[in-house]
Amino acid sequence: MIWTDIKRIMRSGFVGFWRNAFVSLSSTLVMALALFVIGILVFLGAMLDTSLTQLRDKVDINVYFLVSAPEEEILALQSKIENLPEVDFVKYVSREEALNEFKLRHENDQLIIQALEELDDNPLGATLNIKAKETSQYEGIAKFLEGDQALSVDNNLEIIDRINYYQNKSAIDKLNKIVDSTQTLSFAVALVMVIISIAMTFNTVRLAVFTSREEIGVMKLVGASNKYARGPFIVQGALSGVLSAFLALILFYPLTFWLGPSTETFFGGISVFDYYLNNFGQIFLIMLISGIFLGGGSSYLSVRKYLKI
Amino acid sequence: MIIFDNVSKIYADDSVALEKVSFSVLPKEFVSIVGASGAGKSTLLKMLLAEERPTEGVVFFDSVDVSSLGKRELSEHRRKIGTVFQDFKLLPYKTAYENIAFAMEVAGRNDEEIESDVPHVLELVDLQDKVWNFPHQLSGGEKQRLAIARAIINQPDVVIADEPTGNLDPLNTEEIIQILKKINDLGTTVILTTHNKHVVDTLGKRVIALDRGRVVRDDKTGRYTI
Repeated sequence: MIWTDIKRIMRSGFVGFWRNAFVSLSSTLVMALALFVIGILVFLGAMLDTSLTQLRDKVDINVYFLVSAPEEEILALQSKIENLPEVDFVKYVSREEALNEFKLRHENDQLIIQALEELDDNPLGATLNIKAKETSQYEGIAKFLEGDQALSVDNNLEIIDRINYYQNKSAIDKLNKIVDSTQTLSFAVALVMVIISIAMTFNTVRLAVFTSREEIGVMKLVGASNKYARGPFIVQGALSGVLSAFLALILFYPLTFWLGPSTETFFGGISVFDYYLNNFGQIFLIMLISGIFLGGGSSYLSVRKYLKI
Repeated sequence: MIIFDNVSKIYADDSVALEKVSFSVLPKEFVSIVGASGAGKSTLLKMLLAEERPTEGVVFFDSVDVSSLGKRELSEHRRKIGTVFQDFKLLPYKTAYENIAFAMEVAGRNDEEIESDVPHVLELVDLQDKVWNFPHQLSGGEKQRLAIARAIINQPDVVIADEPTGNLDPLNTEEIIQILKKINDLGTTVILTTHNKHVVDTLGKRVIALDRGRVVRDDKTGRYTI
């Protein structure tokens, strides 16, 4: 019996959608617009996320050791740092590697190369390049290095020359603030846009259901249960949602294709068109589920008022 | 059996729609309720369908207090009553066939029953050629015959007709009344509200007259007098 009811409600919903085509089309178009806004939020979120991750990746701290610092002491410190929970990875650059890198960087500067050759010994100390999991954790790591733990294990001698965190502190702090406020702002904008989209859809569906209020009353007077009277409208709403999801997705193809090169420049390396193609399945699902819930849910709530007969 | 026991309906703005109305309707009876506009005829029928609740008094349908029914029982209760309205109240986006099938679907009838009964009832009201027409493609008389077909498809105990001839010409009026009489002859209780003096006078059945919410006359074989 339940299956028969579901079959009849589905059929009635589909037929009603088709026969009431003008109203169905209007609500589908408005819903497509709402889903389009949600889609834009998904794209913007992804772009912003990639940009912020790239920005964060550029932040690290370098620990410069004294030329006299023994390698085993440095390696011992490296493993100590690696054990800190906030540290993502630590890269050791030996004195020789540092020299080679320096030479490579200045291979076109004869004056520096010449000056280096004048020296008997390698003037560069070894370095540890530290990457934290979060940018806000660098201060803690710097403090750890400043503390007693970072001193030479044997004779309490200083082995660290300098830590560049303090030179870059203001830049890192500023970046942290930018990242935090961008995230808060984008969340607030997304929230407002989602609320607007829901309100827009709800009002359109409510108007569509309003035109059928007498029909709902008749259904009730003929003896239909609330479920039976409401069902076809939920199916119609969900169907509008599915169609509008397809519509919005189709609209995104030329739009992202057109915007692709500009976003690649603006957001640093990621093209919105590539993102659309690579995450098509995920975007499709988000749109489809949002559409079904927006349409079906709005219908459910809109019909409720007219069932009180 | 239907009993209105001391029923009053007073709306929030203190307007009185019904005042201490008491009468009963026996099974298989044909009762006409007459009265001027605003006399309370439609309110009376709405109370039987539990569309409105009495401010005072009780409406019984087969010994059950109608206003005490829960959601599910209410749907079941309404399926026992066939309704015909002046403005037809057909489902606009359903064909003649589907309008009747809908009433059968909500009553839980299976597809085989629907396929065999709907054409039969449409033939009974002479709409066999309009099976796939939508309500807007039917004339007033045809719409009302369709509404009657829908009202009787589930073989209800009672058919209530709220001014069913109000929008019809004399020829169609006569046709509708004949169908209602036939339904009554076959054993269904019919409650008819009407303004039409000619209809009431030719019926020669029981007449209850309402005036400003009160029962002023209840004649076994009455005529239209207020």
